[in-house]
Amino acid sequence: MELQAHPQRILLPAKGSFIALTLALGLLFNLLPWGGIAGVPDLTATVLAFWCIHQPRRVGIGIAWTLGLLLDVGNGSLLGQHAFGYSILAFLAFAVHRRILWFPPWQQALHLLLLLLSTQLLTLVIRIAAGGDFPGWAYFAGSFICAALWPTLSFLLLLPQRQAETVDENRVI
Amino acid sequence: MEYQPPPFFNRGPAPLVRLTFFVSLAILLMVLDARFRYAENVRQVVALAAYPMQRVAMAPVDLFHGVVNYFSTTTALREENNALRTRQLRAAQGLLQLQALQQENNQLRRVLEAQERLPRKSVFAEILYAARDPFSRKVIIDKGSQNGIQPGQPVIDDVGVIGQVTRVYLLMSEVTLLSDKGQAIPLQVLRNGLRAIAYGAEGGMLDLRFMPANADINNGDVLVTSGIDGTYPPGLPVATVARIERDAAYAFANITLVPTAGTDRYRQVLVLSSEAKTPPAEPEQPVRKQPRTKRPRKAG
Repeated sequence: MELQAHPQRILLPAKGSFIALTLALGLLFNLLPWGGIAGVPDLTATVLAFWCIHQPRRVGIGIAWTLGLLLDVGNGSLLGQHAFGYSILAFLAFAVHRRILWFPPWQQALHLLLLLLSTQLLTLVIRIAAGGDFPGWAYFAGSFICAALWPTLSFLLLLPQRQAETVDENRVI
Repeated sequence: MEYQPPPFFNRGPAPLVRLTFFVSLAILLMVLDARFRYAENVRQVVALAAYPMQRVAMAPVDLFHGVVNYFSTTTALREENNALRTRQLRAAQGLLQLQALQQENNQLRRVLEAQERLPRKSVFAEILYAARDPFSRKVIIDKGSQNGIQPGQPVIDDVGVIGQVTRVYLLMSEVTLLSDKGQAIPLQVLRNGLRAIAYGAEGGMLDLRFMPANADINNGDVLVTSGIDGTYPPGLPVATVARIERDAAYAFANITLVPTAGTDRYRQVLVLSSEAKTPPAEPEQPVRKQPRTKRPRKAG
């Protein structure tokens, strides 16, 4: 019954170039000049978590750490702060990657919300220990937005893998 | 012989090992950055890699500004031109007087053998974006060490001080705003010359600390830089007093200031060169021999 509500497809292998492209787009989104708006969704983290869940052998903690370092420099924050958060996020995503895909998308989103919130909380603790200011509760709003975006995002990110290699006239998608 | 899994199953170190490695690396970097400032070289190298991405991310904003500029009508431009011309004319009177006053001031200072105030060199820069770090208040400007920017230089806009350059890359610099928690600026009340130090506070405000509860300071007082730190030139407007709470239970008054300048208005700023003049070295005195007494014991 579960399988009917949430049909499984045999996907094409993910292209490395597509993974890199989406991660780069996430970075660009994060580096957009948001100004002082609190609660801007961390799209890099979401895309990273997606690939850690779907391609755990190709995207892991090392890539997460590097992305975090780039964001640290781009945002002028404490060096290593995002690297720390993203490493933990990648590890958590790896830890749940076998289980999470059996759930329908909105339940996956709940899982993701928990991952993102715990990452943000750890980063907050580290940053306040280093003498930062508490940024207000809107800081956590970004995680909720990301979780809400998850079903759409995972559909979009899986699209290229759903394309058939040879065009089949009778295929549905 | 030791059992080895076939390479097909070999997945490298366990995830927990990898996590431990990368997390300790990140924590090491954070400690080096926050405590010892050793991580600047790493930052410079990564900054070069991040620069193209930052420029690309800036493109939509530049495009937006370009489109707005393109569609701003001639009437709007003419109006703005007229307004600016009127303002310039009004300012001209003050400027002319200022030049005369400056001459007179320098003359008086020369007579008094005080140090002359020299005009500082300045670099024009534009704010690229506000750094998206919710824990601090910084903006990024488009001039870096290529343009002679150095850490510590004050940054002003057309109405007052906005902050200080805290980190310099090759083509960009980070300016920490006055309202950042870790930023302090020495001030002086314009009305009576009372000196104080303001720190960044929440909500873009400043906090005037350690002022006695009976200090002569009122709502609406204008505070300017005092210049005793050698970083900020004296006399630049910084903030006005917004709220004073005097509580008899505390020795110090709780004073909140509103910054005069804001980064939310214009993108153009001036980076002043910090020509901190060190006091001239004292002429060497012939060393007088101290009468030998018992050496004071070192305080343990």
